[in-house]
Order: sequence, then C-alpha cells, then structure tokens
Amino acid sequence: MQDVWKEYPNGTQALNGISVRIQKGEFVYIVGPSGAGKSTFIKLMYREERPTRGHIFINGFNIEKLKDRKIPLLRRTIGVVFQDFKLLPKLTAAENVAFALEVIGAPPKYIRKRVREVLEQVGLEDKMNMYPHQLSGGEQQRVAVARSLANNPAVVIADEPTGNLDPETSWDVMRLFQRINDLGTTIVMATHNREIVNTMRKRVIAIENGVIVRDEEKGYYGYDD
Amino acid sequence: MMTRWLRHVREGCKNVVRNGWMSFAALSAVIVTLAVLGFSLILTFNVQQMSNSVTGQLEFSAFLNVNASEKQGEQVAQEIRALPGVASVQVISKNEGLQQMKQELGQELSDVLNAFKQNPLPIQIVVKPQDPHQIDRLAKEVSEIPGVAAVRDPHKLAAAIFRTLAVVRDIGIVFVVGLVITSMFLISNTIRMTIFHRRREIEIMKLVGATNWFIRWPFIIEGMIIGLIGSVIPVALLVYGYRSLYVKAKGVFSGLAFPLVQANQIEVKLAVILIAMGLLIGMWGGVITVRRFLRV
Repeated sequence: MQDVWKEYPNGTQALNGISVRIQKGEFVYIVGPSGAGKSTFIKLMYREERPTRGHIFINGFNIEKLKDRKIPLLRRTIGVVFQDFKLLPKLTAAENVAFALEVIGAPPKYIRKRVREVLEQVGLEDKMNMYPHQLSGGEQQRVAVARSLANNPAVVIADEPTGNLDPETSWDVMRLFQRINDLGTTIVMATHNREIVNTMRKRVIAIENGVIVRDEEKGYYGYDD
Repeated sequence: MMTRWLRHVREGCKNVVRNGWMSFAALSAVIVTLAVLGFSLILTFNVQQMSNSVTGQLEFSAFLNVNASEKQGEQVAQEIRALPGVASVQVISKNEGLQQMKQELGQELSDVLNAFKQNPLPIQIVVKPQDPHQIDRLAKEVSEIPGVAAVRDPHKLAAAIFRTLAVVRDIGIVFVVGLVITSMFLISNTIRMTIFHRRREIEIMKLVGATNWFIRWPFIIEGMIIGLIGSVIPVALLVYGYRSLYVKAKGVFSGLAFPLVQANQIEVKLAVILIAMGLLIGMWGGVITVRRFLRV
C-alpha cells in the first residue's frame, strides 16, 4: 500500500531527476542545503506542486494523473507538519485538531472522540482548551502533529518541524515523531537539524542542486552548517 | 450531512457580519439593482397587459375611392390578403357602412343620411395585422395599393403610448444589466475581503484535505445572504408602493383607460423573480471570486 516512487527532472531545475522509493513504515530524513530542492520534494508529495516530468506514486495515488478534484482524497491520507505550525490563532488546541476532521465531514461524535485521542497521544490532553498563543512553541507544534494525525494518515510529512524550536523542545517533538513511527506511520522529514539527524539515526536522503547525492540507512547529516 | 450545511451557513453569516461595511455596500447595490429591476418589471407587466388588451382591437381601416365598385373593393381586399403579416381582412360594403353609421347616429340623425341620393360612403376594408407592431408598416403598404384613398388607424394614440412605455422598459433593462454587473462586482469584492482574512484558514483546509466545494460553500452562502436580504427589501417596498398606487388609482392607469394589473397578481411574480435574481447575483459573485483563489 505505502509505495512512494518518484523520478522527475524539473523544468525550473528545482529537482533534476530524482528516483527514490520509500517503504511503508520508514522514517526518512531529507537533508541538503537551502534551495537544494527539499521543499519541492515535500510539496510534490502532497501535490502542492506538480512534477514537470516523471512519475510519483503515493499511497496508491498516481500523482501525475490525479485530477485536481481528487487532491483532497490524497491529502486525507497524508498528515503535514510545518516549521511555522500553521495553527489557526482563534481556535483552541482541540478546535484546531477538530477543524481537520470537520473539514472532511466527519460526524461530530467521532470528532470529539478522535480529538481527545490524538491530543492524548501528543500529551496535551490537559491543554486542549488553550489557544495557540497560550502554548509554548513545542506545544504548538505538538498540536500541529496531533492535527496531522487526526485523519489516521499513512504518511506524515514534516517540513522542518523543529526549525522554530529550541533544542530541548525539538527533542520532545522528535520523540513524538518516533512514537508515531513506531505505530507504523511512515515519516518523511525535511530538516536542517544536524544534531537530531546524527543522534536519532535514520535513513538519510541528501538532495543537492535537485539531485540525490546520498541515500543511506542510518546516515549522518553530513554538512558542516 | 446536516452538520456540514449548518457549518456552511454559520460561516457564511459570520462572514457577512465580519465584513460589515463591505457587506453593506454590496447590499445597497443589490437593493438598488433589484428595485430598478422590480420597477421595470411592474412596468413590463402592465405594458404587456395593456398591449394584450390593445392588440385584440388593433386594426386599421382602408377607405377606397367613393366611386369604387364592389368588385374593385373585392379586388383590393384580395391584394391586402396577399400581403405578409395580415391576420384578417373584412370588407364593409357601401350599404353595410351606411347601416352601421345609421345605427351609430341614432334614429333622428340618420334621416340626414336619407337626404343623400347616392350612398356617400366609400367601401371600407378593415385589416387586422398578425403582429400589432407591424401595423404601421402594413398601413403604409395598404395605402400604396391603387384604389385606396385613405388609411385610418383609430388606435394610433394607444399604439404610441404602448411604444413609449416599451422604450422606457428597454431603458430600464439596460440599467438593470449595468446594475447587476455592479452588484456582482461589489459582492465579489466583499467576498474577496473575507478570503484575504481567511487565507490561512483556507490554506490549512486544503492541506488537511477539504474539497474545493467544502471551502467554496461558505463564500457562496455569504453572497447569497447578501443577495437574499438585498431582494427582500425592494420586494417589500415595491409591493407596498404598488398596492397603495393601485388603491389610489382605483385599479386604472390614470389618464388612459387601461386597467392596472391587479396587485396580488403582480406580487408573487415580482417576489419570485427578484428573490431569485438576488440569490443568483450573490451566488455568482461568490463563485467567480472563490474560483480564482482555489487553484490548488
């Protein structure tokens, strides 16, 4: 079921011919200098961008043939987490999570149950009625992770999830991702955090100038900055 | 399913309130538009009724030369029948005309006619056009037929009024078209404000897999609410206005002896058309605005 395979030379040279296969249940870091194509890689996965050439299969969806109308169906199988959390400031933690479920038309009863479940999973059940500005950065990111999990996604895609966090909270969030991965969810994470990559050793895919320069199990970050 | 719609409507209402002044501007535009449209409609309904009642009678008479024979009369009638757009042709012979006139004049005065040795009346041919608008053209063509001395149209005045009102109505329609575009533009701007307010929300909605329609509906409903309120107000005003006019004028178009369309007949039609238009304008305003923002 989980079968990501991609290969595309991109016209704007963000990605120049990339082939990679990520299996179900893997935990993958995408590393590389800024502007190397990490974000494009991530955006292609949830069809924010379209490949100029090549084929992408995610969760059984053929991205190149996916009609615009069907994009929501793809996204419901993917959870996304961003550097800037992307929480709605006027909603509480619980409402932010519930929002993801409301939007796909889940029944209210199920929403209440599921919101509690995922907030417990990220350890924020006692803060579910707080607004984002009342929460620390790490807590906000955990709310965002809870939201990404709400739909039971097969893959969670994280774009620099620790980029705005101090080292300590970064570790909290990373441990959370590890737990999620342990439960069988595939994780694809673009990151600049050298310490994390070198400590929590996973498969590392390094992208430079739009091509994969390194792909190794239990790899190192491998950059000085 | 139900909760989803409740949510859309709730969001739509919130948007209207949130954009208070813009909503108000858009609302005003819709009200003016629909008031003008409604006014034109009332006029149209009345003109229509008037033209229907006139149309039934709309005919003209052609008079032949006094010395023309019955046979010539029949010939001319044939020629008129052959013209395009003629509904019916009726020949009134000299004798029939005389009888008619006698009747119209009454017993005493008709003696005057007896003083004539010869029947002084010309043969009269009554022509009814199929389409009342064609009456002028037809009258002209008939007048050019040899043997026809004169053409007389007893309803010329009515026809002229009828034409004037039609022009007024056409001008109204042009106005309405312009105003509809303005209203849609204003509604569209109002909704655009909402979208700017809620860009982030929309972005997140898309990321978590909301369908485009799910995102669209609240905005369309926002437009429809503006359209609905904007149509109910002019409907109320126009209905009230027309009723009082109807009562005051005792159901007759003052000056001309044409009956006004009855108030209750016009009201339902008016309300249905205006409210439908209001909703449509609002909806369309919503659709065109969101479309540009929803490219995934």
